[in-house]
Amino acid sequence: MSTTTTSLPARAEALPPPTERYTVLGWLHKNLFSTWYNALLTVIFGVVVILLLRSALEWALTQARWEVITANLRLFMVGQYPAAATWRAWACVVLLALLIGLSWGIWGRNQRAGAITFGALPFLLAILAHGEARVALLIVGVAGAIGFALSRWRSAQLQRITILGWVIYFPLVILLISGLGSADGPLSLVTTNLWGGLLLTLLLTVVGIVFSFPLGVLLALGRQSSLPIVRALCVIYIEVIRGVPLITVLFMAQLMLPLFLPGVTIDRVVRAMAGIVLFSAAYLAENVRGGLQAIPRGQYEAARALGLNTWKMMLLIILPQALKAVIPILVGQFIALFKDTSLVVIVGLLDLMGIAKAVLAQPDFLGLQAEVYLFVALVYGVFCYLMSAFSQRLEARLNAAR
Amino acid sequence: MTMTEQHHPNDLIIICRDVHKWYGHYHALRGINMQVHKGEVVVIFGPSGSGKSTFIRTINRLEEHQRGEIIVDGIRLTHDVRDIERIRMETGMVFQQFNLFPHLTVMDNITLAPIWVRGWSKAQAEEIGMQLLKRVGIPEQARKYPGQLSGGQQQRVAIARALAMQPKIMLFDEPTSALDPEMIKEVLDVMIELAESGMTMLVVTHEMGFARAVADTMYFFDQGQIVESGPPEQIFGDPKEARTKLFLSQILSH
Repeated sequence: MSTTTTSLPARAEALPPPTERYTVLGWLHKNLFSTWYNALLTVIFGVVVILLLRSALEWALTQARWEVITANLRLFMVGQYPAAATWRAWACVVLLALLIGLSWGIWGRNQRAGAITFGALPFLLAILAHGEARVALLIVGVAGAIGFALSRWRSAQLQRITILGWVIYFPLVILLISGLGSADGPLSLVTTNLWGGLLLTLLLTVVGIVFSFPLGVLLALGRQSSLPIVRALCVIYIEVIRGVPLITVLFMAQLMLPLFLPGVTIDRVVRAMAGIVLFSAAYLAENVRGGLQAIPRGQYEAARALGLNTWKMMLLIILPQALKAVIPILVGQFIALFKDTSLVVIVGLLDLMGIAKAVLAQPDFLGLQAEVYLFVALVYGVFCYLMSAFSQRLEARLNAAR
Repeated sequence: MTMTEQHHPNDLIIICRDVHKWYGHYHALRGINMQVHKGEVVVIFGPSGSGKSTFIRTINRLEEHQRGEIIVDGIRLTHDVRDIERIRMETGMVFQQFNLFPHLTVMDNITLAPIWVRGWSKAQAEEIGMQLLKRVGIPEQARKYPGQLSGGQQQRVAIARALAMQPKIMLFDEPTSALDPEMIKEVLDVMIELAESGMTMLVVTHEMGFARAVADTMYFFDQGQIVESGPPEQIFGDPKEARTKLFLSQILSH
């Protein structure tokens, strides 16, 4: 035996993994210039990107007439919503900021990022905006910061209040935006034909999500039911709706419903919402069904063997696992739903896209498609990114539990 | 059946008469008769496909029998859902693949049924849950998730989960077959302790050491029928049927 053989220590020591640390040059070398053809590709694409960016930036900074956005910002955001009631839309945003601040502080993973975000937000918003919006945005930022600061308490009661806040937020928003019956007063009725812009887009989306989710889950469960009539009805509903484009459903809701229900007048926006909910629920049902089928039979058997009845088994054991498995798909569907709401233009509602078209029809701003649609795309992009980022956080959190 | 003279006839807790089960045209159970007394430990063994798992799953209606009758704790198994749920409350089951709920902590796995089926308070359920975790030897794992435990620990949690409902009968469907060899003993030790505490147990297993140690009656299943039954001394020492002898020689030879 050679004496150089290392003898094993009595107990193998657990060593920390080597940390990977690169200098800027090291990173560049590893990721962009690792071989001669990678270096070549980097150079070629670098040149292309710079050329494209230069002309785009040149246009954006010198030629583009962004005043079409600033002059119509109010229209883009809330449409024809009366100026006297705009504070109600702001109140919704302020409440949302407060809830997000609280939630980030209570459940968020990256507390430092939260502190930076909510510390800087009020100032950032106040610098960016001007006029009436500056004050309002400052309040939004402060509300977020207050929420985040409050969450430092970490009491179970605060957690419960926050959850309750999220639950009542949606009905509260509907109440604030639509107002109550009387024609004057602080909460006067604002008829839905005045709702518009981003406000309408978001409302259509949120209503679509909030109502299609339970309906879709019920349809998915119904499709798996052992009762043949329930199952048949669910299958027929899902397949019929999935066989029809959303535009058709929206048209049906707008034009056919009044024919079927003479004498009953249903609000146009409500009809569009109903169309979106019914349409989305069918797709959601199929996605949830995918999650249900991924649950092993043993989970059903274990739940049944413990004496759980069907409803408790579904609510406590099967659905939590099934829904978790399909979070990415569901969020993808909600993002698609958000973008699909732009189809309500066809039935004459002025959502963000509708407003864009209306603005482009103004004599002052003819021919400014590029500016207007870029802005609209940016707004859609920001919201879609937020939804997708949230879903990734949620998934990471739920997976950490395993 | 060989044990009846030692028991009062009225302490029967499971009665199966001429139980038949078909999967399509496949005749899986062909007239099973069995009587189990309170506190009796029954071991069911036999080659794969002999219907032993199917049989113990008919007792809590995870499988439906199509002929004959099954009476558990005085309740006749029919299509009546309330009767089925009553029987399931009195019958704990441990599965080959553990079937713990992966989205719940160990403690939540154990307290779920007592809270939602028996209607206990969370505090009460957790107190009993902790006692059971101590009994199966892993109280320190209460806040972990099943995926973080070894197979042996998961199966012990599964036993604790079944016991939390305070069942009168425990059914074990090949509880050690999915375990790595070094983990079989820790699960068998818990089962032996349970048997010695007087629990009525039906165990489908090939662990003949376990059978020899604690079984009151052994049943040898083959092709959906009970070929032979009797106390372990008789089954191991003097099996009557050629098929029993052959099977035992195959599983005991290694």
